[in-house]
Amino acid sequence: MAKSMLIDTSKCTACRACQVACKQWNQLPAEDTEFTGTYENPPGFSPITWMKVTFNEVEVGDEVRWYFGNQRCVHCSDAACKLVCPVGAISHSETGAVVIDEEKCIGCNYCVANCTFNVVGFNRRENVAQKCTFCEDRVANGLKPACATACPTGAIEYGDRSDLIKKAQARVADLRANGDTRARIYGLEELNGTGMMYVLRDVPQNHALPYDPYVPLGARAWNYVFKPLRVLMVLGAAFGLWQNFRAKEEITKGEERRGES
Amino acid sequence: MNLSRRSFLKLVGGATATATLTSLNINVEKAKAQRVRVHYAKEVPTICPFCAVGCGIICHVQDGQVINTEGDLDHPINEGTLCSKGSGLINTAFVYTDKGELKPNPERVTKVLYRAPGASDWEEKDWDWALREIAQRVKKTRDETFETTDENGVTVNRTKAIGHLGSAVINNEENYLLHKMMRGLGVITMDHCARLCHSSTVAGLMASFGRGAMSNHWIDYQHADVFINIGGNTAENHPVSMKWVEKAREERGAKLIAADPRFTRTAAVADVYAPQRPGTNNAFLNGMINYALENGLFNLEYLRNYTNASYLIHPDYSFHEGLFSGAQPLDDGQVTYDTETWAYQRDEDGNILTDEDMRDPNCVFQLLRDHYSRYDVKTVSEVTGCPEDKFEEVAELFCSTGETGKAGTILYAMGMTQFTDAAQGVRACAVLQLVLGNMGMPGGGVNAQRGESNVQGSTDMCMLYHLLPGYLPVISAAAHPTFDSYLDAEVPDSGFLVNRPSHLVSLFKAYWGENATADNDFAYDYHPKMDDKDRSDIGIFYEMERGNIDGLFCWGQNPAVSGSGAKQKREGLQQLDWLVSVDVFANETATFWKEPGVNSEGIDTEVFLLPAALDFERNGSISNSGRWIQWRYKAQDPPGDCKPDLWIADRIFRAVRDVYEDDPGPFAAPILDMNWDYGEDADSNKVAMEINGYDTQTGHLLESFAHLRDDGRTACGNWLYGGYYNDVNDPPTKRRVREKEGIGTNPEWSFAWPVNRRILYNRCSADPEGNPWSPDRKLLWLENGEWTGYDVPDFNTAIPPEESAKAPFIMLPEGGGRLFSAAMADGPFPEHYEPWESPVENMLSERQFNPVSKVWYPDMRGDSDEYPYIATSYRLTEHYQTGMVTRNMPWLNEIMPDMFVEISPSLASKIGVDNGDMVVVSSPRGEFEAVACVTPRVKPLQIQGEEHEVVGMPWHWGYAGMSTGDIANDVTPSIGDANTTIPEYKAFLCNIRKRG
Repeated sequence: MAKSMLIDTSKCTACRACQVACKQWNQLPAEDTEFTGTYENPPGFSPITWMKVTFNEVEVGDEVRWYFGNQRCVHCSDAACKLVCPVGAISHSETGAVVIDEEKCIGCNYCVANCTFNVVGFNRRENVAQKCTFCEDRVANGLKPACATACPTGAIEYGDRSDLIKKAQARVADLRANGDTRARIYGLEELNGTGMMYVLRDVPQNHALPYDPYVPLGARAWNYVFKPLRVLMVLGAAFGLWQNFRAKEEITKGEERRGES
Repeated sequence: MNLSRRSFLKLVGGATATATLTSLNINVEKAKAQRVRVHYAKEVPTICPFCAVGCGIICHVQDGQVINTEGDLDHPINEGTLCSKGSGLINTAFVYTDKGELKPNPERVTKVLYRAPGASDWEEKDWDWALREIAQRVKKTRDETFETTDENGVTVNRTKAIGHLGSAVINNEENYLLHKMMRGLGVITMDHCARLCHSSTVAGLMASFGRGAMSNHWIDYQHADVFINIGGNTAENHPVSMKWVEKAREERGAKLIAADPRFTRTAAVADVYAPQRPGTNNAFLNGMINYALENGLFNLEYLRNYTNASYLIHPDYSFHEGLFSGAQPLDDGQVTYDTETWAYQRDEDGNILTDEDMRDPNCVFQLLRDHYSRYDVKTVSEVTGCPEDKFEEVAELFCSTGETGKAGTILYAMGMTQFTDAAQGVRACAVLQLVLGNMGMPGGGVNAQRGESNVQGSTDMCMLYHLLPGYLPVISAAAHPTFDSYLDAEVPDSGFLVNRPSHLVSLFKAYWGENATADNDFAYDYHPKMDDKDRSDIGIFYEMERGNIDGLFCWGQNPAVSGSGAKQKREGLQQLDWLVSVDVFANETATFWKEPGVNSEGIDTEVFLLPAALDFERNGSISNSGRWIQWRYKAQDPPGDCKPDLWIADRIFRAVRDVYEDDPGPFAAPILDMNWDYGEDADSNKVAMEINGYDTQTGHLLESFAHLRDDGRTACGNWLYGGYYNDVNDPPTKRRVREKEGIGTNPEWSFAWPVNRRILYNRCSADPEGNPWSPDRKLLWLENGEWTGYDVPDFNTAIPPEESAKAPFIMLPEGGGRLFSAAMADGPFPEHYEPWESPVENMLSERQFNPVSKVWYPDMRGDSDEYPYIATSYRLTEHYQTGMVTRNMPWLNEIMPDMFVEISPSLASKIGVDNGDMVVVSSPRGEFEAVACVTPRVKPLQIQGEEHEVVGMPWHWGYAGMSTGDIANDVTPSIGDANTTIPEYKAFLCNIRKRG
């Protein structure tokens, strides 16, 4: 993995520039949401929401901490989505990003169901899985990803992985010395390293990340046992395809009905 | 069934899948081969239209349409970064459909809309019709109400019946033109939202340092050792400036203190969080001043040389139980001050008497110690609710910057400025920074963070009833019946403002050109004169409610949501005969007759809603909080019939002039004689040249305000902006050259007033001999007897350093920074008073609330029996002001969709509310509904031994636009600060209950 992103939650002010910049660059419409008692929104991931800032309030004695997180595809080296994709539509790019080839995607939904971080959205209309692309288009043209470009405080940095690791280590040492005794790096060991690395001020759960992320056994089994059985796979893919195609038809019909009324 | 290529592939997916299984890697080269979608687009730089950090944004334009907006990587302030609002800028013009297609924002007003008396809906009209009709309304109202002389026989040439509001969201050139037009019409009732956000800043800072603006600039934050964010929430409201706070923390090990009633997003990243009751800034800051004085943490050399610490005050000056000497009681129990005993002692020649040892009991330093001694840690803690240890931690940390060579800065915004004693809170910041020697220092200063993209510019253009452009005092009938009396009263004997006559005369020359001559006192009587009424925002609506204002212009301002006690404001609007609202969206003010529950049939007001252009659909300059006057360029044509505000202002004036040419009416000369020619479609460059100033004989642009003359030889629309457009080919305001070396002042990026100074009062960055106090923060220094460095000196460099050190605050006649200032309405030293509505008694004196504040609506005061909770209002990162723009931006509505209030878990349990329930918040002014956000980030405070709950509320919602919600300002009080009448939005009483 040559390039990575370092998300330093201790610098994040949760302004959510990244969240809007992601939509702006990737031409994603807004979701309809409602305020449910937290600043965090939208509630989940979808084909039009690829990343979001999380807000966790933690009481420590008399004091309160407000820990921010940054959820999105973390571009795992050991990526469950890639393992389970029956058609090889998901791969690692040469920079280390996990990318979905929408041309190949057959909309079987396995990646959505198996993602360790629950961050893959499924676009029923187009019948494809969609998620953070690591702004491959920008990166290939010498630009930084949209979120990293927008982040005002340097909480999201894009660069050479080795440089970022050094930076993260120094930052964690600094945070620990200054009272954040549970500060740590995340994404170095997890899933053999993730493209998104984090400097966390506190335990991963308080930054909306799993403490011990892992690829589900089912996904591994699928990959090692069943995937070689291509006939089965094709059947499975065909089944998924048929189901989704039906769902798409339903949506189209529904839209037509709405259009008529 | 239509099949796209891809769905066809999927239909035959089985086969395709099999085929691709052999190759698991996608072609990564594909992404590279593709150009990014903006590759062939034209790049047009603009400046963000939201807060006043002044971030650069690039509009990518293709086929004449903006297709992408993102941070300008070349811009020295934001370096390509933005906040959520700035990142979503394109949403103001376009939104994405479910299919990912860009379509025009459906809420945009693209036609002239007219609402007839009693009508329940709009009619679409054309511009010719609207301009003609508006001109006739203006003429009718003006002619019917025009006064040529007042009751004392003074020539006043004014109308009180036309009001004008706006605007901090339009360009400098537009504001200037509006100001000029209104004065030409004889309008004295004009104000705008700067009244409501930082008027107390201007009053407090001007009375302390001589200028009313943020002293340093955003990039300069990188040089601070300690930040205190009190009365502000920088991370949420000026998000990109946190870039420079972070830089200081990372590179200098700087510390950030956040003092706030709520645990905010700034508090979340701060080193120290100090909880604090709303309305207690003065106690908090006074406590810090006392801490510095008691513990010897002040900078003695700085105090002695650069402040008025050693000056002697009138021996009869005194302070007792909340009242300063000279208090004159008024009928309602409030007072006004005779300031005779606040004056300096002077010798026969008028020189101020001083005691260099600062031991004389009448010297400012001794009076200072005396005054602040009451603000001990225990008292401050009991008043503010900040635990003693926490307060001490804050005081010790911040006052550590009193050490020579250190720099600490105060960052504040509306949490400092919106109280009945707010201007004194600002003064307290000033006093603290003078005591610690932080003024004029890189990394120091009092940084009043302004919240609207051009509120600094609209303030400089003085869209305010009490000023003329460039902060010239307004012409009042009582004080300035004649030109000579104005000069007598308003031109001081010393300091820079001895030049004021040239500023005034040049302004009149800009207004009335060759019709302003020495023989007619440069058309002095063309300009309307003020009456004795307070015509600030509260006053305007007070008059409106009483039927004394017939017509109102409202530019990019939305008082139906932003006004204090906003429900009353909307009722006031019903009393108007006509309203002209200019905006990009149909705001609540323009649609006040459409408010749910309001019977439009009974409202006779005619409303003209004129469709405006967005910020990137027109040309002009805006001034950020750091006084940088930056030009922004038109990236696309406005849609439909939308027009730039400049075009609209120009056409309205010309239409009015046309009707007066046909039928002059009373005293039409100021209109007919007005110097007004900006081209067929008004050109902002032409207006900019007039603001900059020119030689009236040669037409040459003036280099700077130093060339202004009081004999009519020069014209200048705003002396303060002199030099910002002094070169037609390379106007400084358009410059975009980043510094290659230096300390972030970027002198060749845009232009900062005055004369491109980036850090005000910068003589104080060096000691009296001219050596920088801090070697690693050198700004200006002496080299071979000559001053050199990274900024334009804010002092006379022609005199020896020991001389300039005697008057580092050149705008003040006495030259020394004012620890003690006689220029305030409510006392020379800041004093804590309780808010107008408070659940506790004032511990510090017998005066409960500011004794000088004017009480407009005594019946609207709530008491703590009925309204037991302390309330405060605020903004969120994701929305902007009344939300009129941001609530029409889907991406921002997605992340902050609804109106809510924040309460503590203990209050929630007391009133039986769970997180997410609906609640009703009420005050004597009204009530609103909102979602409850129950959060440990809000905690009850211990005040004088008792626990008090706080209710926090954003105020971004209203009934118009995409995202609607109740109006928080329906509960805020219309009581203002003693100096500027800025309403007390930030501390009042309310009740809260679960919605039934």
